[in-house]
Order: sequence, then structure tokens, then C-alpha cells
Amino acid sequence: MNTIQKTGYEPQVEEHGKAVEISGSRAVLEALLEEGVDTVFGYPGGAIMPIYDALYDYNSQLKHILVRHEQGAIHAAQGFARSSGKTGVVFATSGPGATNLVTGLADAMIDSNPIVCITGQVFASLLGTDAFQETDVINITTPITKWNYQVTDASEIPEAIARAFHIASTGRPGPVLIDITKNAQLQLFEYPGYNKCSHIRSYRPEPEIRKEYIEKAAALINQAQKPLVLFGQGVILGKAEAEFRAFIEKAGIPSAATLLGLSALPSDHELHVGMLGMHGNYAPNVMTNECDVLIAVGMRFDDRVTGRLDQYAKQAKIIHLDIDPAEIDKNVKTTVPVWGNCKKTLPMLTQLIHPGNHGDWLQQFRELEKEEVKEVIHNELNPSGEVMTMGEVIKVLNELTNGDAIITTDVGQHQMVASRYAKFNHSKSSVTSGGLGTMGFGLPAAIGAWYGAPEKTVVAIVGDGGFQMTLQELGTIMQFGAKVKIIILNNEFLGMVRQWQQLFNERRYSFVDITSPDFVALAKAYHINGQKVSERKDLKEALKTALDHDGAYLLEVMVGKENNVFPMVTQGSSVSDIRLK
Amino acid sequence: MEKKEYTITLYTENSIGLIGRISGIFSRRKINIESLNTSPSEAEGIHRFTIVIQESEEVLKKLCRQLEKQIDVLKAYYNTDEEIVWQEQALYKVPADVVTEKLYVERLLRQYGASTVVIRQDYIVFETAGHREEIDRLTEELNKYGLIEFVRGARIAIIKDSAGFHEKLMEFDYREPSPNLVENEYLDQRGSVFTM
Repeated sequence: MNTIQKTGYEPQVEEHGKAVEISGSRAVLEALLEEGVDTVFGYPGGAIMPIYDALYDYNSQLKHILVRHEQGAIHAAQGFARSSGKTGVVFATSGPGATNLVTGLADAMIDSNPIVCITGQVFASLLGTDAFQETDVINITTPITKWNYQVTDASEIPEAIARAFHIASTGRPGPVLIDITKNAQLQLFEYPGYNKCSHIRSYRPEPEIRKEYIEKAAALINQAQKPLVLFGQGVILGKAEAEFRAFIEKAGIPSAATLLGLSALPSDHELHVGMLGMHGNYAPNVMTNECDVLIAVGMRFDDRVTGRLDQYAKQAKIIHLDIDPAEIDKNVKTTVPVWGNCKKTLPMLTQLIHPGNHGDWLQQFRELEKEEVKEVIHNELNPSGEVMTMGEVIKVLNELTNGDAIITTDVGQHQMVASRYAKFNHSKSSVTSGGLGTMGFGLPAAIGAWYGAPEKTVVAIVGDGGFQMTLQELGTIMQFGAKVKIIILNNEFLGMVRQWQQLFNERRYSFVDITSPDFVALAKAYHINGQKVSERKDLKEALKTALDHDGAYLLEVMVGKENNVFPMVTQGSSVSDIRLK
Repeated sequence: MEKKEYTITLYTENSIGLIGRISGIFSRRKINIESLNTSPSEAEGIHRFTIVIQESEEVLKKLCRQLEKQIDVLKAYYNTDEEIVWQEQALYKVPADVVTEKLYVERLLRQYGASTVVIRQDYIVFETAGHREEIDRLTEELNKYGLIEFVRGARIAIIKDSAGFHEKLMEFDYREPSPNLVENEYLDQRGSVFTM
């Protein structure tokens, strides 16, 4: 069923052209090398011991990063995938090892990250007996994996892993889990060599592109007076950044990013009009309900983007470009669906559209932007009060990194502030947990992002709450030396929930007051340098020290306790009813 | 939108655990599966699911896309009752003396075309096949006469359209990785036969 493709890797398991017997465990590692994997994030345990034993001999070809918790492993693999565009790989043992992957799998599923998880499982003869560390990981992970499969015989391993990589990385990417029973890992079998998988008959990664739809879409765009483009992570996943730019530049269409679309287009591009969504920018939210043609590229109309659906862009004709047919018409009714990989559909569309310049229309965005600057942005970035704001930390960071850093975030107020104000000059430089909103994502994702792009500066911007969910990964940094810059924006609250309690629950602050350890001392315990800044005058120097330090660094910045993130589209409101205060 | 009875037909690989993956797509949306049948199809190695639910067409369209998105699902279709020929099978265990002594019961069984599967001194097992309402009516009647046991099978259905799904299904046997561009014959007919 698989077509044979040559891989660059020269296997070491052939003897004079004859197949030899190897263990299932070795077949796993050979498969990873054939797939071009060089980094694995994992944690050993009883049921995956044979694979770890085989790994002992592959140490020079496969870098294994020992995390401190399996959730850290999968978030690191996600960070790796997001910064490198490659598939992230995770090893975990059965039972608790596998269940600790669940949050990361759900996160990778909803944010379309290509991940291959390999979990150990009890001996096949023990399946279903409530054996030690046995859990039904296939059933647990079914709704949060693109595909999963249990291997009970070593001979299945090469094809299962080949399929796993094909499925995880093609079409709309997603996580795949392969569960391998211990007997299959130990079993010797005649290794037939490795064939990459390029076709599965029941799986069509990319829908057929339909010429008429492209023509219809082009006709709509050519007639549009007030077109607006919304772009999502699909542009990055499709490696279509250049095609996307060519498209919007030819037609001169204002373009707004979703949270996960950030960095697909440089922040300071003249057609970039900001971020969409609940805490996005004022202009693109308001103008969504003013445009006449809405062109959505590789995004999925999440409820945090659309606000109240029955008042969302009702006046507009909607063109939706997506690789996943299930996204078409799911939330927003489409006028013209353009199914396919935007790497291919965008150039076809660009060819058919007339060169345009929507200068007056774009100017309206800039006017609204001025209003947002006046009401929100100016005060956030240049606060008059004594306490620091999250925004000014990001502003200084921008000045020092020139927008060249990879920024990972956790979830909450700091995430929205970082996403709103950070400058992104390069694609794949924003790494955040969007769909699932996983607190604790930021630190392990930064570790993985660094391994995916070690030549880059990687900054993890986290809150005092989320950091405490996965701070054990400081141990991983200590042991393996990822040069991650951790900036904790500490407002001594679970800030986003507190903001909602202030605005919607009459300030009834119910369990949002969170105390923190001495983060700098904690870092020191892990031999990581750090400092805490409470006054504005020390901020720039401290950030500079953090960035210049040759190694990981932890910087804790005390910010205003009860600062809120604005603008805000409150739940149940239309996007055009976005509040500036 | 108005809820109606729809029959979903899936063509799938025969893989372990797929039934869980498929049922999860319904349960996640709190949709009750009224009937589910799996069997081989006319194409070798390809399985066929027949699933009956009550929902609006809008929901059916979205469901079929989610179903077809699963790696091991080749194709998903939905049809209304008017578009298909369908049957459900039922078995009834009735006390033998009731059948021999009550003329009405004997007539009833004839009327519904019930055929005998097993005859014992104490009971007789009958079998009928038909639409659910017919089966329900017969069950209701027999209940008055001491019906001992009753079981109804899942719906099986065949599309009325003469070519059915056959041609589309057979495409999978020879299809190479999808071509980049095809002319679309279904443009502006998105509402009719569901297909991707």
C-alpha cells in the first residue's frame, strides 16, 4: 500500500543486502531516524524500557530530552513543531505516563500541531487484566488524536510509524499516538527495511481544488469595495507565507491575524491591521461588520474570534480557504468555499485578481487604530502611574529583540498582552496555546521551541499562575541547557479570571488571589540565573541582562495587580460592540 | 431547523476501535444513535456502517464531514427515509399454546408475514423483517398474549438510486493520490448528495 521513497538515512541493519533480525524497539528508533527525527522529548518507565534500552545505543544520532513530567514532554514537542515546522516526537510509558500526555494531545489536536507520541503498553497477554500501569490509552486518546493505533506485534512497527508520520504532518496536521505493547518492543523480527508512507486509501489529506470556486472567489474579490482578509495558522502550516503576501499585496487588502496566525505576516507590514478576537485590536473587530467581502485564509472562526455568531459579518460575502472540509460552513456560512492547501489555492487566486489599492478603506482601519492607541495602547505602553504594566515590558522587549525572537506564552492576561504588542518579523515565531487555552504551556513549549530553532532567542512570557503549573521543567533546562529566557509577569492574581470577576461578578474575587514562591530563589535552586524587578527604572537593564546572558535566565517583573486587558469583546456580544474600556 | 430521521452510510476500513471513534463523534454532540449496524460491503475489505439518528439536515452535513475526516473512514453519506430501501429484523418468542389455541394470534402472524424459526413444545420463535412501525405494532399485539422475549436488529439500508454508492466506492480501489485540480460537476448542488 505504501509507495517506497528514498530517505537520506542509511540504515545500519542490513547485512550484505539481506534482512536481519532486530527487536521491535530498534525498529522504532530506525523508523525515527528514517523520518529525519533528531530530537525526542520523553520520560522512561516500565512498559517502555525496551525502547529506552535500545536508545542507549542510538545516543549519538537521537537527542533525548528528559523532561520532568510527560505533560512537559508533549508541550515541548509542540513548541518544537511550531518553531521548526517539523513533527515533534514524544516517548512516554504506559498508565500514568500516557495519561499525563492527555492535556498536550488535546492542545495539539485543537491547534493542529504535528506530533507523534509513542507510548509503552503492558504485555499483550496482560491487556484488559488491570495489569500494573495498564490504562486503555487508545480509548482515552481517541477524540484527541488525529489517529491512534496499538501495536502488539513487532512486524507492525515500521508501517505503523510510517503512517503515523504521514498522518501527523500532512493535510491539517495533528497528533498521532502509537501504543506499543512491551512484548512487541522486545520481539525479534525480520526487519524488512523502512518505507515511508505517502498514501493511505481512506485518507485524503488535501481536498481536490475546484477551479470554479477559485473563479467565483476571484470575481467576488474583484468586485469588492471593502474587502478584509482574516488569516490563521493555515498560512504557516501550509508554508504559504510568501504566497499569502503576494495575494494581499496584489489586491491591497487589509489583513488581520487570528491568535495562531500571528507571525505569518510581519507585524509592521503595511496591510497588517492587527489581531482579531476577544482581546484583539479595535479596527479589525469593528470592520468585520463593515466589510463587503470577508476572505478567511486557514482559520476556523473560533468563538473567541467571532463573538456573537448571529451578528457576525452578516453584511459580507464570505470566502473561506481551508484545507479541512469540515471547517467550511461549520460556524460561519460560506458564500464561496475554496477547499485545498492555501499554498496552492492562493497563487491560483492571485493570478485571477486585479491589482488593487483599497487606500480609503485601509485608512478607515488606521483611523480606528488611532482611537485604540489613544484609549488603550498609549496608556498600556507608556503608563503614567508608578506600577508597571505588562504592555511596557513587551514594548521594551521589542526594542531589545527587534521582533526577531520566538515568543512563547502561557494562557491568560499576559498571553493577550504579549500577543497584542509583541513584534513578529519572522514566521513561526509566536508559540501559544490557542484553542485549548492550556495554562502551563508556556515554559515547556519554550524549551521545545529552542530545540526547534536553537539559533533564535526564545522568550517564554508567562504569568505567576500558569508558571506554577509546569515549573518543574526548570529541571529540564538545568540538565540539558536550553537557553530559554523566562519572563514572569507577576500580578499576584489569576489575572484573567479576576478581570472577569471584576467586570461581570461585581468584584467577587473568588479564589483568584494566588501566592507565589520566591521565583528567583527557585531558579537559583535549579542553577538558573535570575532577578526580580519591581521598578520601571530597572526594567530595561534587567531585560538586557536576561537576553545577553549565555544561558537560561528567569526575570520576574512585578506588574499592576488589577490591570485589565482591553479592548474586549465580552462574551455574547457582537465583534463590533468591542469595548475600549 | 426541523429534525427528521436520517440514515448515515459509512464506508470504512475494518479496523479495531473505529466504532468507538465513530460513536464518539455522536456522543460528543449529545446525539443519540437510534440504530447502528456494521457489515462487510460489496467491495472487498471495506466495511459498511448504517447509522440512524434524528437530526436536522444542517447537523447531518456537519456530522458527515466530521465522520469522513476520520482517517479510517472512506466515505460518509446521509439519506432521508424516502431515498432508501430499508429493513429491520425482529425475533419473537411466543408461548406455544397461545399460537395453537388463539386464532387471532395465528392470523396476526400470517398478516405480518412472520416465519417460524424454532418450534418447541413450550414456545415458538418467529421472525419478521420490515419497517420499524410494523415491527412495533406486532410487538404491541403479541405483548397482550404473553410475548416471552423480543429483539429487534439494527437497520440495514440500500440507496434507491440505481447506481447507489457503488461507483464512487469503487473509485477508491484505483485512485492514486488526489490530482491537484479537477473541474467540479457538483458546483451549486452542494445540498443534494453529500460528498466532499
